[in-house]
Amino acid sequence: MPEYLSTLDVILQSIARFWPSWAAIVVVLGLGWGFRHKLGLMGRLYGSPVGMVGAIIVLFWVFTAIFADSIAVMDAAQASFTPGIKKAPPGVIDAPNGVAMLWGGDNISRDIFSRVVWGSRIVLIIAPAATAVAYMVGITLGLPAGYFRGRWDTVLSFLANLILAFPVILLFYLLVTPEIRTPVYYDLGLFTVPFSIPIGIAGLFFLFPIIFLCALWVTRFAHAKARLYRYLFVTIAVGGWVYLGLVFGMKGTPFQLEPNELNVFAAVVLGSSPGVFRIVRGLTMDIATRDYVAAAQTRGERAWYIMLWEILPNARGPLIVDACLRIGYTTILLGTLGFFGLGLSPDSPDWGSMINHGRPYIRLFSTIHLSLFPAIALMSLVLGLNLLADGLREESLKD
Amino acid sequence: MLTFILRRLGVMVLTMLCLTFIVFYLVNLDPNLEKIAKTQGNVRMTDEQVESWLEKNGYREPLLTRYGDWVVHFVQGDMGDSFRMQKPVEEELGKRLGYTGVLMFWVMATMVPLALVIGVLAGMREGSKTDRTLSVFAIVSTSAPEYVTGIVFTVIFSSSLGWLKGVAKVGDISFYNFTLPVMTMTMYGMGYIARMTRASMVEAMASQYVRTARLKGVSFKWIVLKHALRNALIAPFTVIMLQFPWLLTGVVIVEAMFNYKGFGWLLIRAAENNDIDLLLGCSVVAVAVVLVTQLISDIGYAVLNPRIRVQ
Repeated sequence: MPEYLSTLDVILQSIARFWPSWAAIVVVLGLGWGFRHKLGLMGRLYGSPVGMVGAIIVLFWVFTAIFADSIAVMDAAQASFTPGIKKAPPGVIDAPNGVAMLWGGDNISRDIFSRVVWGSRIVLIIAPAATAVAYMVGITLGLPAGYFRGRWDTVLSFLANLILAFPVILLFYLLVTPEIRTPVYYDLGLFTVPFSIPIGIAGLFFLFPIIFLCALWVTRFAHAKARLYRYLFVTIAVGGWVYLGLVFGMKGTPFQLEPNELNVFAAVVLGSSPGVFRIVRGLTMDIATRDYVAAAQTRGERAWYIMLWEILPNARGPLIVDACLRIGYTTILLGTLGFFGLGLSPDSPDWGSMINHGRPYIRLFSTIHLSLFPAIALMSLVLGLNLLADGLREESLKD
Repeated sequence: MLTFILRRLGVMVLTMLCLTFIVFYLVNLDPNLEKIAKTQGNVRMTDEQVESWLEKNGYREPLLTRYGDWVVHFVQGDMGDSFRMQKPVEEELGKRLGYTGVLMFWVMATMVPLALVIGVLAGMREGSKTDRTLSVFAIVSTSAPEYVTGIVFTVIFSSSLGWLKGVAKVGDISFYNFTLPVMTMTMYGMGYIARMTRASMVEAMASQYVRTARLKGVSFKWIVLKHALRNALIAPFTVIMLQFPWLLTGVVIVEAMFNYKGFGWLLIRAAENNDIDLLLGCSVVAVAVVLVTQLISDIGYAVLNPRIRVQ
């Protein structure tokens, strides 16, 4: 029979193992306190206890994701072969190497603590990245819709409402089935290009960050041609390189995604872009009536300059708050995908999949830890983001 | 008002057609059809046999013709047959919707009053201790999706204490059987409604008419009940209506988790088996729920709030 740590030891060691996260939080908060008058909205967060608690929780998970290598004691897929350690309750000690599985072992003797830590990395890469792409899509389409109104607005709003009316869960089931995600290869002479519906969606949506950045430079540096061309060249070269890797999985590019990773990413971006579109459109319609916009129009500024450099910066308050909430919502969506077994590969340590795998074991009290710990992790991250958003909203309303 | 409703209905029908066509297109992609052929016919069919099977059963006609057929049949009240359940879709769908309706009724009956009470108590005195505590509680409840609260509740009330059952049977409406799914769904939806109610209550309490009432010396209880509450409940009405589509995802998760064989359970069975007609039927219901509640919330908002005039 394996030996166990006492409950108190489990709690203390769990706290101790996260030491890189705690240290980093202290450093960041200390530095932030020193510069709080120069940080704007973020600096004012120090005055809001709720926002502060949220920020600490979010920072905790961010640093856990960053320092996952030194926090996790085992690899995500590494199983122990000691007998009796399968589904063992929290605090079990793996006799041969003396490693304590603080949060217990799962049904194939993997360390749940390490898997939750590794899972934070997956969640904290996909959720913010998908939200960022959704934001670029929503901003690039929402600004002109709210500014020009008219026919474009009608069409885009209809499309947004169409996607929003689609039950998320059904959308995921239809998009993430293996039959749909297997790419078909098309030979275009020089290269073969893989294509599937998720690749199509990703191909469309990942264009927007490049378009957005180019639009920013074109409107800003219209009079400094040399600088404009330099910026455009860098954006298109780097953006295009990353784009080819992300969407078509081209070799030699920095980021390549597995077909099911791309699939999850595309589904999540598709699901959250319409919401961003609606919020940006509403804010634009509101801000477009302000005096400084009228002043810019009288100066003869171009429409896109006004949208990107007059309206957008003035909409940042509500957008930052919404972004926090949306990252949380995306985390929940990712979890939902994992819960239905639609997400990443079956043994990936993302929290949704872990919850799904532990689900058959929650009826028995001795094996509840399989899904309880990832569930608590997921909830705490979302809670942190929501508290942070609430604090930011309260502080930004004080003006 | 009438033209507004008519135009909205027109947009609804158009949305419905677009979305069902998307579903129709996706379920009729080649790999999906091949899967159907193999589950319906023989698993070891060769490619030619699959092709001839699809040809024979009419899957190879042009997509638009088949979609048109489906729409015509649907309008006539025939939603096709589910090959998994071996039953007409409308029969199966009606039965499962009934089960989910019962669940939804109890969720609404606990969630709405609870959320309104929390929101009103919190918004009554902005910034007070009650407000802070209840607001944080509301945030916590919106942060815990059904698959988290479901697991935590099951662990507490079923696995360790043994007070409640961890699975829910259809048709057995007892406290022992029904509490966990209802509680799980209530938790997630409640926080959002409570926060909306609080915001609108805070606004009402800061308004001129409440100040006038206060200056007249009306008691605090009377101000809240008589003056603020009525005006404060307009916004939550919209939110509660818009909550329905949100609950749909929740229904699917909760029914999968507690093995409650209702609409959500059916939807997953349909999607997993690519049961074309059943899946189309489910999507029609799901989309209709979203669109109809949107319409009701818009109309209700206009009726409740005379300051909004619909153009």
